[in-house]
This record gives sequence, structure tokens and C-alpha cells, in this order.
Amino acid sequence: MRLAIRHETHYDYDTPLAYSAQRLHLWPADYTAQKTVSWSISAPGFDRALAYTDGFGNRVHMVTFDNIVGPVSIVAEGVVDVTDTAGVVKGLVCAAPDAVFLRQTRPTTATALLRTLAEKQFAGRSALEGLHSLMTEIHARVAYEIGATHAHTTAAEAFADGRGVCQDHAHIFLAAARSAGIPARYVTGYLVTGMGASSTAAHAWAEALVPDLGWVGFDPANAKSPTDNYVRVAAGLDAAGVAPIRGSRRGGDAERMRVEVRVEIAQQ
Amino acid sequence: MTVVFNEMDGGGGTPREPYAQVADWLKTLSRADVDRALREAEAIFRRQGITFAVYGDDEAAERLIPFDIIPRVFAAAEWRKLSAGIEQRVRALNAFIHDLYHRQDILRAGKIPHEFIIQNEAFVPEMVGVMPARGIYAHIIGIDIVRVAANEFYVLEDNCRTPSGVSYMLEDREAMMYLFPELFAQQRVAPVENYPAMLRQTLESVAPAGCNGEPTVVILTPGIHNSAFFEHAFLADEMGVELCEGGDLFVDGGYLYMRTTQAPKRVDVVYRRIDDAYLDPLTFRHDSAIGVPGIFDVYRAGRVTLVNAPGTGIADDKSIYTYIPDVIEFYTGEKPLLKNVPTWRCSDPQQLAYVLDHLPELVVKEVHGSGGYGMLVGPTSTKKEIEAFRARLKARPRNYIAQPTLALSTVPTFTKSGVAPRHVDLRPFVLSGDKVRVTPGGLTRVALKKGSLVVNSSQGGGTKDTWVLED
Amino acid sequence: MLGRTASSLYWMSRYMERAENMARLLEVGYRISLMPGAIEGHRDEWRSTLQSCACDHGYAQKHDEIATAKVIDFLIFDEDNPSSIRSCIKTARNNGRAVRTALTRDVWESINATWNELAQVKPSSMTADRLPVFLEWVKQRVMSFRGALLGTMLRNDTYHFSQLGNFIERADNTARILDVKYFILLPKATDVGSDIDMQQWAQILRSVSGHRSYRWFYRDSHYRPWLISEFLILREEMPRSLIFSYGWINRGLQGLADHYGATYECHRQASETHERLRTGRMENIFQSGLHEFLQDFINANTRLSQSIATTYNFP
Repeated sequence: MRLAIRHETHYDYDTPLAYSAQRLHLWPADYTAQKTVSWSISAPGFDRALAYTDGFGNRVHMVTFDNIVGPVSIVAEGVVDVTDTAGVVKGLVCAAPDAVFLRQTRPTTATALLRTLAEKQFAGRSALEGLHSLMTEIHARVAYEIGATHAHTTAAEAFADGRGVCQDHAHIFLAAARSAGIPARYVTGYLVTGMGASSTAAHAWAEALVPDLGWVGFDPANAKSPTDNYVRVAAGLDAAGVAPIRGSRRGGDAERMRVEVRVEIAQQ
Repeated sequence: MTVVFNEMDGGGGTPREPYAQVADWLKTLSRADVDRALREAEAIFRRQGITFAVYGDDEAAERLIPFDIIPRVFAAAEWRKLSAGIEQRVRALNAFIHDLYHRQDILRAGKIPHEFIIQNEAFVPEMVGVMPARGIYAHIIGIDIVRVAANEFYVLEDNCRTPSGVSYMLEDREAMMYLFPELFAQQRVAPVENYPAMLRQTLESVAPAGCNGEPTVVILTPGIHNSAFFEHAFLADEMGVELCEGGDLFVDGGYLYMRTTQAPKRVDVVYRRIDDAYLDPLTFRHDSAIGVPGIFDVYRAGRVTLVNAPGTGIADDKSIYTYIPDVIEFYTGEKPLLKNVPTWRCSDPQQLAYVLDHLPELVVKEVHGSGGYGMLVGPTSTKKEIEAFRARLKARPRNYIAQPTLALSTVPTFTKSGVAPRHVDLRPFVLSGDKVRVTPGGLTRVALKKGSLVVNSSQGGGTKDTWVLED
Repeated sequence: MLGRTASSLYWMSRYMERAENMARLLEVGYRISLMPGAIEGHRDEWRSTLQSCACDHGYAQKHDEIATAKVIDFLIFDEDNPSSIRSCIKTARNNGRAVRTALTRDVWESINATWNELAQVKPSSMTADRLPVFLEWVKQRVMSFRGALLGTMLRNDTYHFSQLGNFIERADNTARILDVKYFILLPKATDVGSDIDMQQWAQILRSVSGHRSYRWFYRDSHYRPWLISEFLILREEMPRSLIFSYGWINRGLQGLADHYGATYECHRQASETHERLRTGRMENIFQSGLHEFLQDFINANTRLSQSIATTYNFP
């Protein structure tokens, strides 16, 4: 499948920006199932951006600029070819040893409730079966509801409440899988949902390390493994670690942010 | 009752060899001489502003660390042995940190349970895959060593984050040379005053590969309210480098710069004296106001060197300490030259049971504590204190380790009632860059209270000049 | 040099100068409050003192009425008042501490010892009889600081930034004292030539340590508003006059221009103000209004301070 993506983040301020530093996780990964045909980022200062690959294999950009009056817009866009591999991720370069993805971070800390959830899914099942079961279970027990959670909601909170968005589904999945001793990572990306439909957010899911199979994607928000409708961007320990944009600024009072994501099936 | 090793006492009323000259000199000092010297020393320190802040102490929270004029002395041969052990340990620690952030061979080999590392707060996942200049992570390490007999030394802990105290080592020597120049004329004491030059050399030697010409080095301080601010300013001055606060540095176009009165100046090496968590609000605590946004990205891309590297705390974590002898063997293939203090891990139920049964004779420490807060020294604590601590220990056993109460060696010290033995420890400072450099001696901390084993300055400890005699 | 270092040097000197000026203002205020027959007048006197050091709003926020003890405490010890002597010395010392490495040992020891001693002084100990000795001590300490600075610092950017802070503060201070007090003291028909009138004119000069030098300079036993204004604005011989301060400011900026090899807008601003003073004549100043002139001056001085901060990247 060839997918065309446009991801715009737009900022407005009441006063001029004296200085801004922003780290971008906006560059799609390249691996067996996914090839970038074309990709570009436009952002103030991008021509002088710092680019590097981090320990998790993500392509990271750091942009800085100063003294800007008026709105700031960051656009990542391009075309990516994706093949359906039933979620299996191969050919990705990641320096981090697998064990690192057992680390529980603040949002993925496992409570007794989450540990029990994990134990039930894995009891008497293979790791792969257990992970599928975990994905289905989370999908069933946590309703997709925008506004019930926020950026800093933990897996434990969202699970107890039974409501959340894809970030929460992924965090719950990570907390449970890791508590069962299975390395798991948080993945950001895009999902084409319909012809030319636009949304206000990117997507997120999880990947877990399956013995003898390698890393496999699980999308508990949609109860399926990623297909050729998915474009994978970055992976890390949790949402905060791979936020599409994380910034720090001086000046620029009363920030207002608007995100517009458009993913569509491109003409071949 | 254990015998306490008095470093000056050679038995039969004669001093041990390294202390011969000091002992003679002491006989010639009158109480008035001593009082005068102590007053002068205090005035010197006070005028220089050599102070430290005590947390929780509000107004005029700047105190002098008491200084004792009787030096602590090592013979050349004693020091050679110690120094070899220190160097071995430091090389192993750096290899250990490198491994933890790359292949984790030591975990694969099963030498340390992986959750001890992976779930450890001091492990910084963002450091995974980072290869700093020369492969060195902990460029400045302070190793706390205690002595219990003529030939018996133990490492109490390693300090791989931002060890402080080196300014006291330097100022103590300055004061001694000013007050008693004749002592230094009589015998050859290994100099320590080239430490700032060695530090600068070390820092310059780890400049990023892309740095052309003379590297620009700065010290990054949290500011004047930090307890070690004096030391930051002192080292900046001695090295001739800028002392920066977070706001003085900024990232532009992928490089780090400092704001000067003229054009911004590129910075190559940052000797940072702020904790990992506050270093960069984009990567670590986002509410940090003392860090530099984006500095970690510049570091990650190899365009600036941070000294020490973030995440080095994993090597000095108290829960990892017990594994360090294995760590040394694993990376050097040699037996450790310096011993660890035998340690019980309270996370282990059997070991915890032993600790609970023997509290009055043990020292119990918090795994993540520092500065001598939150610890129990069994033999000098009251029953009530021990019971209160027992409750805390039972509530969170994973948080503690326990060690036997070591009979720390003593060195004669001036007290209100004359010269008396007081317990000491030692913190040598080790620099790793183009080569490993161990300071001859280090900082001797002395517990000024009679019988006390707590040498921390925040708990009423003082310092002494430390001599390594040359052959 | 870091922009923050330059800023700290500037503010260190500014606050030391402010502490000294505050001590002088308090001396004068205190004298007045002791004067017989001034019972009624002393409230006005304290009010004008508070105005002269721009502390009137801060005081009004904390206290309902003007009372000698409260004013003295507010101007010496109150940490909520950024211009109290204690705040000034503390701020100066913190700035000095932040740039400890840029100072000579003598300068640092002088400022550090001042703070160490001041920190020991308890507000409750400041009884009326001890006040003059204390204020004298403050002045002495500031002079010792300035002496150390003049006597030991290299004449490089470090020195120039500290001089700029010193003289921008002094110019501001002298202009405010003259502006506030002059209008209070404008001759009232009934008082002209009376003792009270003489005494009051004397204090304006005392506030700038100029009552003796005025008599030497003008060889006149009478205080004449015209001459006093001229003395404090246009006479280069008077070391607290506006023109004297601007001579130093210009030299400091020239020093920076030489050091860095560049001049900026702030250089133009400072020479313009200096030129206005050099060519100024009292009759013109009075004709177009002394108050307006001083307000203009104070604003220009403040703009210069901001301009220096921007130019040299103060944080």
C-alpha cells in the first residue's frame, strides 16, 4: 500500500517567541515492511536542524530558532510504501538491548490489577497467544473515549477507569507485557482510517518481543496487529519519550496548539 | 571489642614511620600556637568564602567546614598499593557503564540480575547506544575508602556522578603551607596543587571529535544557592574557564553556545555540576529551570561532551555496590586489589532477617541516600532510635543495605580538650581522559565528635590535609 | 565574558552605590526628625525621603502611617524592600558571589565581610543612639569596596561594567533627590531666610555629602536654590553631580568600545546625555522647568541602563 501523509502542528502565541528549541520524532522508520518514498519536514530553523539516530533506532531532529513573531507551523509530509507482514517488524536497526524494553516508566508502572491482567492472559498460553489475548482483553475492557484521559494519565489510572485513547491502550499493554517479562515498546505512527479522512492526532500502538519471531506490533485500540494501513514512525519506552514534538521556549505567552493529521491512500 | 587502628601510633610510645616528623612537630606546638593557627585558618577560609550550605538551615546558611591542622599521612609504598587498586576500580567502572549502555554483556553473563539495572532509577535509557569521546563516561570519580588496620582498606562507596570536595583538598593544603611552611621543607610531600591543571587537561582531552583547535570548556553550576557553589567557582577560577548557569548556555543550529557580551561562543566540553534529572528539560525533568533545553540532543549527536556523562549513577548505586568486585573481575580479568565492605542486601529476606537480628552492631544505609542522612549507626544509637529505624527498615527493606560497623582508623586531632584520636575516611579523586590520574592523597574527612563514625560535613565532620610522602 | 557576568558586575556596583546613598538619605532624615520644631514637619520629611529613593509605594503597601521607627526599619532591614540597605548589600554580595572569579580577592573580601557583618545585626538592636554609627559604618564599607575596586581591578571589561553600574545609580540618585526635595523646599514666603529654611536647604546638600563643598565652591554662606541645582547638575567639580556621573559613564562605555572594538546605540545615548549636560545652562533649565528637565534625565538614564543590558546580553 502506498500512503500519503501530512502531519501539521500549528502554534499561536500572544507575544513573540524569543527562543524555541524543539525535538521532533517525525521521521518514519525504514525497514523490511516499510520504505519511505519521499519525506520532508518544514519548520522554522529546519535547514540548520541537528539530526541523529537515537539508541532505539529513531531518526530525531532538533530545531532551534529565535525572535519569531506570529504563528509557527511544523509540517511533516511524504509518501511511504507499506507491506502487510501481520505486524512482524524486521530489518529495523535498534542499538538498545532487548532487556531495556522491560523497564517500567512512570506511566507504565504495573499495579496489582495490571499484573493480574497479565498473569491471566499468559497462563497456559504461548507468548504470542498471550499477547494477542492481552490486546483483545484491553480492547474489550478499555473503551475508546477522547477526553477521559490526558497526556500524563498512567496505565494504571486508565485501566482502572476503563476509558482512554490509543496512548492509554498502548501504555496498559506495555505495563502488562513487561510485568510478564516480555520486552515491549511504545510506537507512534499513522493509520489510514478511510478515504482521505483527516484526524487531529497521530496514532500509537505497541510492539512486543516474541520468542523465535522477533518484534511484533499490537494495536490494542483497534484489536489487531498493524497492517499495510499503518506507518511506523518512532519507538520508545512510553509516549513522553517519543512525543512527535517536545519543546521549550522563552517568550511566546499563552501557547495554543492545533494538530492536523491527514493520511490517505496515494495513487500508485 | 575491636581494636581501633590509630594511624600515628606505632606502639610503645613511638610514632609509625610516616608520622615521625609530624609527631616531633606536634611536641613543639603550644596550645596557644594551635589556637592561633586555627583562628588564622578560619579567617583564611572565611575571607575566601569557602563555605557550604546546609540543607534545611535557612538564614545565613553558609558555614565553614572545620579544618584540623594535624595532617593525615601515607607512606609512598602504602600509597602505591592503594593507588593501583583505585585505578583498577575506576577502569572497571567505566567499562561497566559502557557495557550497560551497549551490549549488556554482564547481564547476559548472569553476573547481575538484569532487573537491578533495568528497573534502577539511576539507569538512564536515553543513554543507550551513546558512545562518548574516548569511551569514557565517568571522567571524575571520588572513591570513599576507610582503613581498619595497617594493611587493610575497604571501599565504602564509589561516587561516579558529581563527587565534590576537591576544593577542600586543595584549600587545606594551601592553608597548611601558609601556616606551617617549615613542615614542607623538612620532607617531600607529593603536590596536589596541579589538580586543576590535570582536570583541565582531562576535560580538553575528551572534546568531541569534530572540535577544531583548542576546546572551549565550561563548568555548569545550578547557581549560588547550591551547597557546592564555592567549589564550582573555585574550580572555574583555577582552571581559567567560564562558570555558567543554565541560562548562559543555549543550543543553536545543533551546537551548544554560551551568551557572552559579544557574539555567542561555541562550547565543546561541559563539566556539569547539576544532576542528570535537571540537565535538559527536553529529555529529563521538563520542569527544570536550571538546565539547557536540547543540550542532551547535542551531546547525543556527539557535538559536545558532558562530564560526567548522564547515567553514570548506575555504577555507584548502593544496590549495585555489592556486585562491584564481580564487575572488576568481569572487565579486567583480575582479582580486585581493593576490597568492598561486606554488605547485606535487605531486599533478600534471609539477609534482612540477619540484619534485623543484629541492628545494634550494624550500619544501615538507604540505597539512594547520601550525605549521611537516613542512616543508622547501630553502636552509637539509642534503643529508641534503633526501634524507630527497625520499623522503617521493615516497611521498605528494598530501600536499605547493611554493613558491619567498621572500626575506622583514627588520626590525632585537635579537640577542645587537647589532641585526641578521631575517626577518618578518605576520598581520593580520579580523573579519566587521555589517561587515568589519581590525586596523591585526596580529601580526608574526620568525625570531630568523640567516637563518631559519621564524617559527612553535613553531620559535623571536618577535614584534614592529606599527605603522600615521596620516597 | 558571559553576559550574565557583565550583568552581575553591573548590579553588584549599582547596589553597593545604592546602599551608600540610602545610608546618606537616612542620616539626613534622622537629623531632621531630631530637630526641634520639626515635629509636624518630620512626616513630610520621611515622605520625601521615601520618594527620593523610590520606596514610597513599597512602604505604603506595608504601613498605614509614616512613623520614624517604621521608616528606618523599612529602609535598613526590610527584605521585602529591594532597596533597603540589607537587601542592597545582600543583592550586591550575591551578584559578587556569582562572579567571584571575575573579582580580585580584595574586592570580594570587602563585599563578603560587609555582608557577613551586616547579617549579624539585629533590627531590634538598631536604637536611635546606634543609628548614626551604623550608617557611618555602611558608608565606610561601601567606600572600602570602591577603594578595593579602584585599586586592584584590571582596567578591562570587568572594571568597565562595574563602573557603569556605579555611576548610573549615582546619577539616578542625585537626580531624584534634587527633583523630590527641591519642590518641597521651594521657598515659602513666610520661611524665606529663616533658620528652618536654611536648615532644610542644608539637607539637600547633606544627602549628597555636598554641604561643605558647596560653601567652599561658591564661597557663599547662603544656600541658593539656583546654585544648589547648578552644583548638582552641571558642576564637574562635584563628584555626585549628573555631569560628573556621565563623565564616568562615557569613559566606561569608551573602555568597552576599545575592549570589544565596537560601539553601539548605548554609546550614542550616553554621549547625547553628556553633551546636553556639558552645554546646559541653568537659566535655560529653569526656564523650561527643572522638574521636566530632571524627569527627562531620569528617563534617559533608565533607557541607557536598558540599552546597555540589551547590547551586552545581560540575561
